[in-house]
Amino acid sequence: MSFMNRIKRINFSMVLTYFILIVIALTILFPFFWMVSTSLKTPVEAVKFPPDIFPKNPQLNNYVTACKKVNFTRYFINTIFIALTQLVGVLFTSILAAYAFARLDFKGREILFISLLGLMMIPMPVYIVPGYMLLQKIGWIDTYFAQIVPWMANIFPIFLLRQHFKTIPKDLYDAAVIDGYSDIGFLFKVVVPLSKPALTTISIFSILASWNSFIWPLVVTNSDSIRPVQVGLAYFIQEQSTSYTLLMAASTFVVLPLVIMFFLAQKQIIESYARSGLKD
Amino acid sequence: MNERRKFLKAFLFLLPALVILIIFRFLPIVLSFFISFFNWGIAGKGSFVGLGNYIEIFKDEKFYQSLLNTLWYVLTVLPGTIIISMFIAVLLNQKIKFKGFFRTTYFLPEVTSIIAISFVWKWIYHPKIGIANYILTSLGMSPLKWLEESRGIFEMIFQRDLPKLLEGPSLALFSLSIMTIWKSIGYNVIIFLAGLQNIPEHYYESAKIDGANVWQTFRHITLPLLSPTTFYVFIMTTITSFQVFAPVWMMTGPPAGGPLGTTNVIVYYLYDMAFNYGKYGYGTSIAFILFLIILFLTIVQKKYGEKNVFYE
Repeated sequence: MSFMNRIKRINFSMVLTYFILIVIALTILFPFFWMVSTSLKTPVEAVKFPPDIFPKNPQLNNYVTACKKVNFTRYFINTIFIALTQLVGVLFTSILAAYAFARLDFKGREILFISLLGLMMIPMPVYIVPGYMLLQKIGWIDTYFAQIVPWMANIFPIFLLRQHFKTIPKDLYDAAVIDGYSDIGFLFKVVVPLSKPALTTISIFSILASWNSFIWPLVVTNSDSIRPVQVGLAYFIQEQSTSYTLLMAASTFVVLPLVIMFFLAQKQIIESYARSGLKD
Repeated sequence: MNERRKFLKAFLFLLPALVILIIFRFLPIVLSFFISFFNWGIAGKGSFVGLGNYIEIFKDEKFYQSLLNTLWYVLTVLPGTIIISMFIAVLLNQKIKFKGFFRTTYFLPEVTSIIAISFVWKWIYHPKIGIANYILTSLGMSPLKWLEESRGIFEMIFQRDLPKLLEGPSLALFSLSIMTIWKSIGYNVIIFLAGLQNIPEHYYESAKIDGANVWQTFRHITLPLLSPTTFYVFIMTTITSFQVFAPVWMMTGPPAGGPLGTTNVIVYYLYDMAFNYGKYGYGTSIAFILFLIILFLTIVQKKYGEKNVFYE
């Protein structure tokens, strides 16, 4: 009897667990479903109350109209261009700097490193106004430079890479020196190939950050032709505030590449987040 | 190799990063400290006002309101995020089929565009034709104005006038909190799962031998041993919530920050002052206060947290 009870209890708690997990999953997915569903409705259907859960005749045409109204291709190209150039910059600057902090002996290393960590604590919104004014002084407002160059180096990736480089044994370095490697040779032929997980992490963060950055491009751009997709979408939404079907089609359009990218690289992305959250 | 050569070599390695960090991170901070002492506007430097901007801020009712709104936002997002994500992580930390599927699904909002997401939620919250109200009315409740409701949630629950500080966040602001919790669950579940996996199995085995039930195990083993992770989530959620901007810009108003300024959070206020009113000096001063608050919070939490966090 007690054995039967135990089986019953286990099953019940497992069923409850799955039930809760599924309800939460549906709650998370619902807004995405609702976005796609609305994007396929007719304007009349969309504003009907009580609403229909599924569109009667899916209006794929909404996507065509949305694409005609907004130059999404241009926005996407801008975003990809900005994200990639930033990524190259971040990798270049942080690999070199992290190596200096991890391996090279020089005067003032600790002080410099600690100052950078202090600077890392300054929240991004603090930079908006002075950053804008600085870019105005340089004459970079409304350029790609303004969107790319300031974010081609960041403190967090330097910090993350340095931690990783420090775990690479000193013996390897000594052996490389005997083999006639210079520091640059050692860094790019030995250290970098050994640091793929850490480099993947900083690449993912860099791409996601530039893809999703909003307040910075919002402030430093004026012309439509150089805007990234987030800002383009935001302005489109503000201008057409009531054409819900078109706007949902546009939103789906913007979300889709990210979802695809996420499913392709979900393991790396989730591991990167988990790794960055753990204390060294 | 002598000192000078060593230094020169390190300098070359650091140069690319330092050029950018000095120009675009360090310089703006120095600059903003300088700007905040001037009556700086679109036209230019204006006059030196000393601490004038800061004095004005301390007399500015809108600033206090933005501070209070931000605090309410943080205070509602924090418990929601921590409790829900910890609960999910504990559920997922069993032998579960499709664990990867659940983890991926929960994480989805984190990697999708905040702009698109904000817009979809605004549509869900639509006061007349939104599906949130459809759900409420089907459950026999009366519809709400959601993002257009300026009344405080405690005022609405208890249906009486309360002192300003006890009214709670407006329903509009609370609607933003709900969306934020929905969005950030996935990330925090990942962090909690990583924390749970660090708890040695033998603790659970001894608890089982001692006949502890599920709740006792959670209360006396999981919760204390997970506290470093909880502490980390607490700090990170506070710091990011203090900087909320995009959802306010996207979802509230027009004008953004509404209704009645009840979603005017601190970052939106500094943006509004600088770029809609052209008051750069004033905006910068607000940014500086934001920085001090975050710095202060980090220090307090670190000191207080260290004492209450259990390290093995």
